[in-house]
Amino acid sequence: MNHSEKSLHGLGAEFPTAASLLHAAKKVQALGFRRWDVYSPFPVHGMDHAMGFKRSRVSLFSLIGGFIGLGTAFALIYYTSALNYPLITQGKPYFALEPSLPIFFELTILLTAFGTVLGLLLLTLLPRFHHPVFNWDRFQRVTDDGFFIVLEAADPQFSEEASRKVLQEIGGTHISEIFQDPETTPHPARPNSEVVS
Amino acid sequence: MRADNSSAQAAFAHASDYLERRPLVANRRPLSWITEHVCRIVEKPAPMWWWILTIFFGAVASLTPLMLTYLVSTGVGVWGLNVPVCWAWDITNFVFWIGIGHAGTLISAILFLTRQNWRTSINRSAEAMTIFAVICAGIFPAFHVGRVWMAWFLAPVPNANAIWQNFRSPLLWDVFAVSTYFTVSLIFWYLGLIPDLASLRDRAKTRFRQMAYGLLAMGWRGSNRHWTHYEKAYLILAGISTPLVLSVHSVVSFDFATSIVPGWHTTIFPPYFVAGAIFGGFAMVLTLLIPFREIYGLHDLVTDKHIDNMCKIILLTGSLVGYAYAMEFFIAWYSGNPFEIYAFTNRAFGPYWWAYWAMITCNVAAPQLFWFKYCRQNPWVVLAIVMFPNTGMWYERFVIIVTSIHRDFLPSSWGYFSPTWVDITLFIGTIGLFVFLFLLFVRFLPMINMFEVKNITPEADPHTPDSHSEQNSAISHPSSTKVHA
Repeated sequence: MNHSEKSLHGLGAEFPTAASLLHAAKKVQALGFRRWDVYSPFPVHGMDHAMGFKRSRVSLFSLIGGFIGLGTAFALIYYTSALNYPLITQGKPYFALEPSLPIFFELTILLTAFGTVLGLLLLTLLPRFHHPVFNWDRFQRVTDDGFFIVLEAADPQFSEEASRKVLQEIGGTHISEIFQDPETTPHPARPNSEVVS
Repeated sequence: MRADNSSAQAAFAHASDYLERRPLVANRRPLSWITEHVCRIVEKPAPMWWWILTIFFGAVASLTPLMLTYLVSTGVGVWGLNVPVCWAWDITNFVFWIGIGHAGTLISAILFLTRQNWRTSINRSAEAMTIFAVICAGIFPAFHVGRVWMAWFLAPVPNANAIWQNFRSPLLWDVFAVSTYFTVSLIFWYLGLIPDLASLRDRAKTRFRQMAYGLLAMGWRGSNRHWTHYEKAYLILAGISTPLVLSVHSVVSFDFATSIVPGWHTTIFPPYFVAGAIFGGFAMVLTLLIPFREIYGLHDLVTDKHIDNMCKIILLTGSLVGYAYAMEFFIAWYSGNPFEIYAFTNRAFGPYWWAYWAMITCNVAAPQLFWFKYCRQNPWVVLAIVMFPNTGMWYERFVIIVTSIHRDFLPSSWGYFSPTWVDITLFIGTIGLFVFLFLLFVRFLPMINMFEVKNITPEADPHTPDSHSEQNSAISHPSSTKVHA
């Protein structure tokens, strides 16, 4: 282990099934790790609870987006039809609620959708095309049938030996070091970096 | 008593045997099988039939810009519409295409909210169909405005006349409804694609593919810190798409229903249009999916159960549409309004009787065959039957639009509409465009939502292997469960 602490992103371990991943994640959470993550090809039911997540805040962005949409629709219709250039058409009032409802509705929906996507991107910090986990050659199975847990070196509890032992105890296989910088880890052949438990 | 008990138990065991749910992914396929079988459609070299079909439909699609250029350069007179029939094939085609799109959103949003897990293997292609259908739909009203270079007047931007859009007009509502529908459908579709694009990125053999799919996948890495937000965002988009899809065809129907034309001025239009849209849309989903399922051997993902379910929806919505047809006649008679009564008698027995009865045959009579299990179970019979709704829904819009306006209140302003070759060629062009876009989609994007299908396999459920209990969150203990690995 002659790599400096700084270049180490963390330790990764693979799990055979969604159930074993969930089981392992509960133990990692119970041990009090904070900087760690679980990677899976699909959202595993109960994982949010196991990792101690609170409700996602995406809905807040959606709500704000929806209100902006409704406000925009009201301002647009009221300003153009009743303030800026009032024009009598078919003897209808310049502004009324009933004919405005479809546009209120559509713009509310549109900006709710925009808010949702914006919230998702902000909360997940995506797009992010490079991430240390991609330096791990086994990791590309995450979008196929691979289940992984990565304990990050930035966690105050992290120490290479102890964390490796934790991953072994919770049933992880192919435990590997994951480095920040792809240059220091010749990819894909990296001898002695994989310990198969 | 004991004997009774055991016989009851035996009967119950037998019944539960009988009532066991058919798995949504047949033959217990492992996760990697799903990835492999969906991705290889995109990864293997394009088969010869794909090139032939794509070039053919690409050529047909090119009729669309060709006819539009001819229309714009020569003048709107090349279309057959004229007073009193000022809305004809163009609006018929618009409503036809926009209606087809509705099944995609129904599958992706409403069936998601109602936890219909069978949607997962068909939602991707149905959503793609939605987007392509809305593209085809948008062409018609844009050119129907006559001077298409003025179409931007529909957008609320200041213009030289200093006059704003008429927000009291249902036609402007339509602009907002359809453009919102297109945008939200596109967002929903793309959001669902991200994890699967990452699968294609990770399997890419060439640098170019890796870059292309990698850019589209936005660096997705399957992190649970992302999944938690992703699932919430998906749920919200499904939640807002549900009223959206119901509103879009309602707003389209307002184009007619808020007028005072006999035959259009009916309050039944919004639900009737929505039912018709779902009916026609599911027929189109089946039309596209049955051949591709056969070609790519996707029988384990798009199972007979899926087809059976869709046939039942077609039967239901087809019957709803039939009820609406009957109710229109009843209300016309009940209203006592001679113009209203005339509009409907003229519809069924006037000069356009052939279109009316074609509509009844295709939309009301043909789907009744789906009462028979044989007809729902045999994909080729299904494919033959759904051709009727495909045609019938076009006729429905034609009947509603043309028969209601071709005889105005005064016999001096009666007319008979016939399409010109430009009308016909343009419509054929949009069919070509639709199929062409779908062929491109099948070739370059995963046509089945892999991560959602994986999520409904028994091995994805960390709690019990029983498919009924997916909603129980982290209550049961994983060590007590058996998992099929």
